[in-house]
Amino acid sequence: MSWSWPYFFDYMTNGLMLKGVWVTIWLSIISMVIGLALGILAALMKMYGNGLLRYIAEFYIWLFRGTPILIQLVIIYTGLPQLGIRFTVIESCILGLALNEGAYLAEIIRAGIMSVDKGQEDASRAVGMNWRERMWLVILPQATRTIIPPLGNQFNGMLKTTSLCSVISMQELMRSAQMIAQIQFRVLEAYCIAALWYLLLVSIWGLIQARIEAYYEKPFGSEEATVSDKP
Amino acid sequence: MSDIENVVSLKNVKKAFGKNVVLDGIDLNVRKGEVVVICGRSGSGKSTLLRCIDQLEKIDSGEIRAAGHLMGFREVRGKLVSLSDAAVARQQRDIGMVFQNFNLFPHVSVLENIMLAPTKILKRSRSEVEQEALALLEKVGLPDKRNAYPRQLSGGQQQRIAIARALAMKPKLMLFDEPTSALDPEMISEVLDVMVDLSKAGMTMIVVTHEMGFARAAADRVILMHNASIVEDAVPQEFFENPKSEHTKLFLSKILQH
Repeated sequence: MSWSWPYFFDYMTNGLMLKGVWVTIWLSIISMVIGLALGILAALMKMYGNGLLRYIAEFYIWLFRGTPILIQLVIIYTGLPQLGIRFTVIESCILGLALNEGAYLAEIIRAGIMSVDKGQEDASRAVGMNWRERMWLVILPQATRTIIPPLGNQFNGMLKTTSLCSVISMQELMRSAQMIAQIQFRVLEAYCIAALWYLLLVSIWGLIQARIEAYYEKPFGSEEATVSDKP
Repeated sequence: MSDIENVVSLKNVKKAFGKNVVLDGIDLNVRKGEVVVICGRSGSGKSTLLRCIDQLEKIDSGEIRAAGHLMGFREVRGKLVSLSDAAVARQQRDIGMVFQNFNLFPHVSVLENIMLAPTKILKRSRSEVEQEALALLEKVGLPDKRNAYPRQLSGGQQQRIAIARALAMKPKLMLFDEPTSALDPEMISEVLDVMVDLSKAGMTMIVVTHEMGFARAAADRVILMHNASIVEDAVPQEFFENPKSEHTKLFLSKILQH
C-alpha cells in the first residue's frame, strides 16, 4: 500500500474531518477565554491578595503547571467519577484545558502587570481611582501590550493541545483523523490532512495575532512619534 | 475659624522609611487661594510631604486635613480609623497632583487622558465632560493635540496635559511635585506659565520646585525643608532677602551662585 493522492484529497474535505476542525476551533476558543479569566483572577490574587487568597493562587499555579495536561484530562474524565463527580466529555475537555491554560496565563499576566510603570499607579490614584478602577482602566490595558505576544503563543499551543482530548474520546480534529484512518487504513493520508489543518489554523491565528498586536502597539508606535518641542 | 479657611492643615506629621526619618513632625497650614512653594535639597522630605498629603504614602502619626477631608482616616467616637482604599480614592478626587515624570496614561489619547476620570469615575456625561476637556486644552495652550498620544508630545506638552488632566476633576487643591525638573530648559517656561495662570485664577497650590523665579513671581509663601523639618516659612521677599535660618542662607547661596 503506497501513498494515494485520491484518498488524500478526499480526506481533506471529508465531513468527519471538517467537523473535527470546527470542534478544535471552538474548543480552543472557549478554553482560552475561560483560561484567560482564570489567569487574570489567579494573577491578581497572587499579586494583591491577602495570605489565604495568595496561597490558593500559588497552589493552583503550582499544581497545574507541575503536572501533564494529559493526566489532568484523564483524572477529570475517568478518575473523578470514582468520587461521584461526573463531567461529560465536552465539560471535561474545557475544564482541563482551561485550568491548565489559566495556570500558565497567570504567570504571563503577572509579568505584564509588573511591566507597567510604577508612576501609572500614582497617577491613577491621584485622580481618585480605587483599586478596581486602577486595574481595569489603567494597569491591565497597559499590561495587555506586554501580554499579547506570549498570549498569542499560548493560543497557538492551545490549538494543538486540544488534540490530547482525543484520548478521552472528544471528537476533535485528531480523533476525526483516527476514525478516518481506521476506515480504509489510510493512516498516513489521514494524519497528514489533520496536520495540514492544524498548520492552517495556526497560520490564520498568526495573522489575527499580528492585527491585535498592531492595535495595542498603536499608542506606542514609533512611526507616528513626531515629537515637537514647539508649544 | 482657621480650620474653615485652611485648605491644608498638617499637625505633627511624622513619616519614616525604615530607620530613615523623612518627615519629623511637620506642621503646616495653607489657606484657600494661597500658593506655597517648597524647596530644599533632595532627600529633605519635600516630595514625601506632597505624597503624604495626597495619600500616595501613609503617614506614621499626626493628622492631615486637606480639601475638607481628614486624609486617610475617619473619626469614630474620637478615635481615628483607617479608611478603605475606595474611601481614600473618594478623598483623592478633590486633590489634583502633577508629577515630575508626567505619568500620563500612554495607552489613550490626550483627550481620553483628561476625560477618563470624570467619565469613568464620576460617571458624568461624555458630551459635557468633553466640552470641559476642550476648554482645558485651550487653557493649557494645546487645543490641537486632542487626538495625539502622549508619546507623540514633548515633555513640556505632556506636563501641560497632566495639569489639564488633574484640573478636569475640579480639585480644591493642586500639588506639584517638581513639575519642571524632568524638562529641557526651553520647555520650563511653558509649564510655569500655565501654573502662574492657575495661581492667578485663585487655585490653592503647593509646589515643590527649585524654580526660584516662579517662587518670586507667584508664591505667597516660600518654605525650606531641611532634614525632614520645615526650617523657613516666609513671604518671598523675606525668604530671599532676609532669611532667618542658616540653612536657607546656605541654600540660597548655592542656588543663586551662577
